[in-house]
Amino acid sequence: MLTKRIIPCLDIKDGRTVKGTNFVNLRDAGDPVALGALYAQQGADELVFLDITATVERRDTLRELVLKIARQINIPFTVGGGIKSVEDVGLLLKSGADKVSVNTAAFNDPALIKDIALEFGSQCVVLAIDTKKEEDGEWYVYLHGGRTKTNTRCIDWAREAAALGAGEILLTSMNNDGTKNGFALDITRMLATELSIPVIASGGAGTMEHFNTVFKEGLADAALAASIFHFKEIGIPELKAYLQQQNIPVRL
Amino acid sequence: MSTPQKIAIVNYGMGNIHTVYKKIQQTNSAPTIVSTAEELLNADKIVLPGVGHFAKAMENLQRNGLLDALNDLVLHKKKPVLGICLGMQLMSKFSEEGDVEGLGWIDAKVMRFQIKDQLTHKIPQTGWNSIQKHGDSPLLKKIDDNAEFYFLHSYHYHAPSYTNVIASTVFEYEYISAVQKENIFGTQFHPEKSHDTGLQLLNNFIAL
Repeated sequence: MLTKRIIPCLDIKDGRTVKGTNFVNLRDAGDPVALGALYAQQGADELVFLDITATVERRDTLRELVLKIARQINIPFTVGGGIKSVEDVGLLLKSGADKVSVNTAAFNDPALIKDIALEFGSQCVVLAIDTKKEEDGEWYVYLHGGRTKTNTRCIDWAREAAALGAGEILLTSMNNDGTKNGFALDITRMLATELSIPVIASGGAGTMEHFNTVFKEGLADAALAASIFHFKEIGIPELKAYLQQQNIPVRL
Repeated sequence: MSTPQKIAIVNYGMGNIHTVYKKIQQTNSAPTIVSTAEELLNADKIVLPGVGHFAKAMENLQRNGLLDALNDLVLHKKKPVLGICLGMQLMSKFSEEGDVEGLGWIDAKVMRFQIKDQLTHKIPQTGWNSIQKHGDSPLLKKIDDNAEFYFLHSYHYHAPSYTNVIASTVFEYEYISAVQKENIFGTQFHPEKSHDTGLQLLNNFIAL
């Protein structure tokens, strides 16, 4: 049967893996290509590389990085960070990426999702949503790496993106990200229940139980985490062995 | 050392073929991406990758003049061919996706997943699933029964018999996930994205 996916995420700034808490206070976590290859060997099901470098040369550096990753990694990988056009996507796919993730640019110009899907297929379009639960109890979409609030509800944007041709949703809860208190189960479950495309839960993983819960109660198709893997707090093999004991289908 | 085999990866404008190219480079062979019938003629083996819409794919093959060249190389010259995902689907007689005829090399049709429990079975099927081997195809040599591969698809094969089936997979129900008919091979899954097991399969194809 189809297995639940465990996806390490590598945030990259100026060629190094970094990790912050609630989107700030970045710490260095090593060479992304070496880390990615290690995770693939340990049984990661996919990898996500997000370039958070904010320079004008970023497009070329990202392309070079993707070429390096593609040479060393034989599992699917998604690349994101500042992708603004179908042309950007074409360059990254040509360099060996399997999927791209789009975020702010797609929100500002939803036709981008449709254009990428028409050109390269829905399967390569991952829509990343950074979302935060406000005091009114609703989850809202945030842009620019979590710095800009919008008045759009997460569920509404996710529905629209799915209709436009997004192939998967990468859902990051800003309330949970970096806290290690567990994934945001309510919004994950809402998206997983209402959308017909896979939902990748992200933000808050701290223990192996959190993964069990996000699959069983959040109904996520995949779970993404960063620091717990980078800082070796949880190993992918032990995590998968644990999930199997909990009757979650995983690839061992 | 003999000269490396010429592996033609057919580019007919459907999706990302560069991953396939990069992984075949890791085998002992010389892959090239070809877009015309002339370029295809020198190939020792052919890989037909692809993602996207079936009808558009057939239209592109026709328009680029690749259809006749492929039929000649595969059906008459018996060159080994590996269809991956949409590439395997194109080898069938007919697809529901666009209601069009395929290459007709394998007696099968392509239909959309008929899923009852859509909450736990999202379409497209995305991720790692296992294959159950049928028979003893050289394509699956040194690959265990129940080995896991990366899948990404909304449509699948349906055949009147299991004569050409070398592997099946369960996604709510059992369906055909790999086929072989003489020199014609197809996998619904993506060996180029399936880690060491996938590389083994590509090496098996090169070793044929």
